[in-house]
Amino acid sequence: MNKIYKWFHQWGSPPTFYKWSGQWLPWLTFFCVALFAIGLYGGLVYAPADYQQKDSFRIIYIHVPAAWMSMFVYLVMAISGAIALIWHIKLSEIMMLSSASIGASFTFIALVTGSIWGKPTWGTWWEWGDARLLSELMLLFLYIGIIGLYSAIEDKRKAAEAVSILALVGTVNIPIIHYSVIFVNTLHQGPTVSMFDSPSIDTRMLIPLLIMALAFKLFYGIVLLMRSRNELLWRERRSQWVKNIIKGDGT
Amino acid sequence: MSEFFYMGGYGGYIWSAYAITAVVMTLSIVLPIMQGKQTRKRIEQMLEQEQD
Amino acid sequence: MNIFITILKRDLLLAVRHRTELLNPMLFFVLVIVLFQLGMRAKPAVLVTLAPAIVWIAALLSALLSLDHMFRSDMEDGALEQMIISTQPTSLLVLAKIIAHWIITGLPVTLIAPILGMMLGLTFDATQILFLTLLIGTPILSAIGSIGVALTVGLRRGGVLLSILVLPLYVPVLIFASQTVTTSMSGYPITASMSVLMAMMVLSLSLSPWASSAALRMSVS
Repeated sequence: MNKIYKWFHQWGSPPTFYKWSGQWLPWLTFFCVALFAIGLYGGLVYAPADYQQKDSFRIIYIHVPAAWMSMFVYLVMAISGAIALIWHIKLSEIMMLSSASIGASFTFIALVTGSIWGKPTWGTWWEWGDARLLSELMLLFLYIGIIGLYSAIEDKRKAAEAVSILALVGTVNIPIIHYSVIFVNTLHQGPTVSMFDSPSIDTRMLIPLLIMALAFKLFYGIVLLMRSRNELLWRERRSQWVKNIIKGDGT
Repeated sequence: MSEFFYMGGYGGYIWSAYAITAVVMTLSIVLPIMQGKQTRKRIEQMLEQEQD
Repeated sequence: MNIFITILKRDLLLAVRHRTELLNPMLFFVLVIVLFQLGMRAKPAVLVTLAPAIVWIAALLSALLSLDHMFRSDMEDGALEQMIISTQPTSLLVLAKIIAHWIITGLPVTLIAPILGMMLGLTFDATQILFLTLLIGTPILSAIGSIGVALTVGLRRGGVLLSILVLPLYVPVLIFASQTVTTSMSGYPITASMSVLMAMMVLSLSLSPWASSAALRMSVS
C-alpha cells in the first residue's frame, strides 16, 4: 500500500509530471500522426462504400470518434474535478481545466459533422425532436458554461471549485446522450457498435473507425498534456524547478 | 483521383466535414503551443526583473 | 426540522412584505404568453398545438428571472454567511429556500396557467394535464435553478452566465413536460413521460440541495 501511495504522490508532484510528460509527448505525437494516417487511409480509401449511404457514410470516421471523445473528455473532466474537490490535488484541478476547451471542440465537431452527414442521409441539417442531437447540444452548452464560469470568477481557487461542482452536476447528461439512442428512435440511428453484441457493421468499415477512435484519444492526451504543462509552469513559476527549466536547457 | 474528391457525389459534404474538423483540431494544437511560448517568455521576464 | 420551518417561514414572510417582487414572475409569465399570441396571430388550430410549449417556455423564463433573489438579498446582508457557518446542515436550509422559492414563483404560475391554457385553446382535459406537469415540473426548476444561483451569486453580472449554466439542465424538463401534454392531446398514454417527470422531481429535490450548498460555501467564502 505504501508503494502505491508513494507512486501516486510522486506522480502528482509537479516537476516529476513535467519531466515525465515531456518525455512522453514526442512518442504520443508520433503514434497519433501514424494512427491518423492509417485511419484516414482506411476510412477514405480502404473501406468499401456503404450499400445505402454510398460514400457519404465516410463522415463516420470523424463524427463518431469526436462524439465518443466529447463524452469521454467530459467524464475525465468531471472525475478530475471530483478528485480535486475532495483531495485537493493540484494536478487534478489542472487536468480538469485543461480538458474543458478540447472537450468543447470535440462536441462542436460532433455536432457540425453530424449535421453535415444528416443532410444527404436524412434530408435535414437538424432535427429538434431528436434526443441524441439535443443532449449533445446540451453537452456543448455545459462545456461553454464551464469555461464561462471559470473565467467569470476572479479568485481562481474558488473558480476551480465552482467548475468542479458544475461538471459533476452536468454528468447526468452523459448517460442520457448514450442511452437516448436506444430509447428514443426519432432520427439518429441506433447503436451499431456495442461492447457486447457483435457489431452490425462490416469489419472493413469497423477497423478504420476503431483506429480513428484511438487516434482521437491520443490527440486528446497530447493536447491535455500540453495545456497542463503550460498551466503548471505558470502556477509554479516561483519555484526552483521552474527556474531551472527556464534558465536551463528548456526541456 | 478526381473520383476520390468527388466521392460519388457526396464530395462537398465529406470534405467540408473533414475540413472543419481539421481546422478545429489544428487550432487545438497551435493555441497551446503559442500559449506555452508566451508563458515561458513571461516567466523569463519575471525572473529577470527579480534579479535586478 | 425546526430550522427548515424557520427558514421557510422567514422567506415567505419576506416575500409577502415585498409583494411587488412576488408579482414580477407572474406578470412576466402572463406577458410572455400574451406576446406569443400577439406575435404569431396564428389560427386557433395551430395555436392549440403550440400551447403546451408556449406555457412551459413562459414558466421556464419566469423561473429564470426570479432565481436571482433566492440567495442574493441574503448574501448582501450577510445572513447567508450566518446560515452556512451555523451548526445546521446547509443542505437543509437550501431545501427550505428552494421550497420557499417554489411557493413564491412556481406555485402561482402553476395556478394561473389553466386560465391561460384555455385562452390558448386547450381543452379541459389537456389543461388538467398541463396543470399536473407544471405542478410536478416547477419544483424541478426551482431545485435545479438553485444550483446555478449558488454558483453565480458572488458574481457581479452573473445573469447571462446563470442562464447558460441552467439551460442544459432545464431543457430535459421542458421537453418531457411539453411532450407529456402533447401526447395526451393526441390521445396516447402519458404514463411514461409523466413517470420520468416525477423521477426528475424527486431526484432534483433530493440531490440539488447538496450541490447548491457546496456551491454556496464556495461563493460566500
